[in-house]
Amino acid sequence: MSGLVAIVARDVVLALRAGGGAVQAALFFALAVLVFALAVGPDLDTLAELAAPVLWTAALLSTLVSLDRIFQADFEDGSLDVMIETADLLELVVLAKAVAHWLTSALPLIIAAPVLALLLNLPQEGYGPLLLSLAIGTPALSLIGALGAALTLGMRRAGALVSILVGPLYAPTLIFGVGAAKAGLEGAPSYGPSLLLLGAVTLFAAALAPLAGAAAIRFNMR
Amino acid sequence: MRTAARFAVGLRLEDVAVARGGRTILADVSLTLAPRETLLVKGRNGAGKTTLLRAIAGLLPVERGRIALTNAGSEAQDRRGHAIYAGHADALKPALTVRENLAFWAKLHRAPIARIEEALAALDLASLADQPAARLSAGQKRRAGLTRLVLSGKPLWLLDEPAAAIDADSLARLTGLVKAHCDKGGAAIIATHDRISLPSARAVIVGPEATA
Repeated sequence: MSGLVAIVARDVVLALRAGGGAVQAALFFALAVLVFALAVGPDLDTLAELAAPVLWTAALLSTLVSLDRIFQADFEDGSLDVMIETADLLELVVLAKAVAHWLTSALPLIIAAPVLALLLNLPQEGYGPLLLSLAIGTPALSLIGALGAALTLGMRRAGALVSILVGPLYAPTLIFGVGAAKAGLEGAPSYGPSLLLLGAVTLFAAALAPLAGAAAIRFNMR
Repeated sequence: MRTAARFAVGLRLEDVAVARGGRTILADVSLTLAPRETLLVKGRNGAGKTTLLRAIAGLLPVERGRIALTNAGSEAQDRRGHAIYAGHADALKPALTVRENLAFWAKLHRAPIARIEEALAALDLASLADQPAARLSAGQKRRAGLTRLVLSGKPLWLLDEPAAAIDADSLARLTGLVKAHCDKGGAAIIATHDRISLPSARAVIVGPEATA
């Protein structure tokens, strides 16, 4: 257990130090939102309409960009060997790496989201549902992403391949995430069920991704 | 935890074959290693020295044959719990200081904090402990990577080309460390070209020349 905490703590420290990914993730997220906003133009009603889908899409894209970091560096420098040698269950190491990825890549987005929502003219009552849907849904992105990173372990230039592999698997989270954010904004009765479905996707990913990810790592270490 | 019974460990390989990426790298390797013994594994580049060590460490599955610990008491079945592999890759994170890197490994190995200073001293890294690993030279990085052996507290050390990049003094320090480890009841397998001289060590050759 302390080993898993150490893995998460080390990844967070690495992300916060110079050259780490925490600031990069937030900046990429901001850039993606800005590009959308510039393309849509100055019509405030259209922007407000698009705010939740755009923020969710940008969150998804900036998560994709950081996925190949999850295992590749540890694989190349030998740290993954140490983790495999010392771990009671490799599945839990995969889970710890997904948690670390969420803390260093998704949490900065959730913190930056309110500021960018302001830019997109999101109505006041939309903030709570947006942040709640991101908080419930983004762990699934990190978990499924960790599986994708494990599957492509050891491949050169795996970044694009991970995105292609993982992108389609993000569809349920995106659909239910945007659905919940919009329903919450409009006060629609589907708000609660959407959040529950979003949570179900995350729980499903939490159960499956560590198992499949560990199997993929064992296979790719050969 | 580090009772004599647990610490004295030997190893027996019987007709072991290991494949990587579908290709058989090692076939029919048989060897024994007694407690307190050091084995030098030699062989040409690509002969399978690294593959052998990784298989013994449990990092690679064995295709045929058997790898078993000997003299290790009742809990001897889990090879992983007794062996520590220090490979070509030093597992250092450049952004962390040397001490932070060691502290991370110590936590993974559930080692007491005191052993961090012990490991730093053992490889003469105390003066570099608060430097970021990125600033170390190649030889210093290798020494920092080798602290994993001391930190782990495991009886069976697997060293993969430990002499690469380190100077004569450090090499003497390392061989002294391996000798002291074996005197305590541990064992070591060192994959190397002929730079390391350990009078007490036995040498085996893997690869094509082994049968010739």
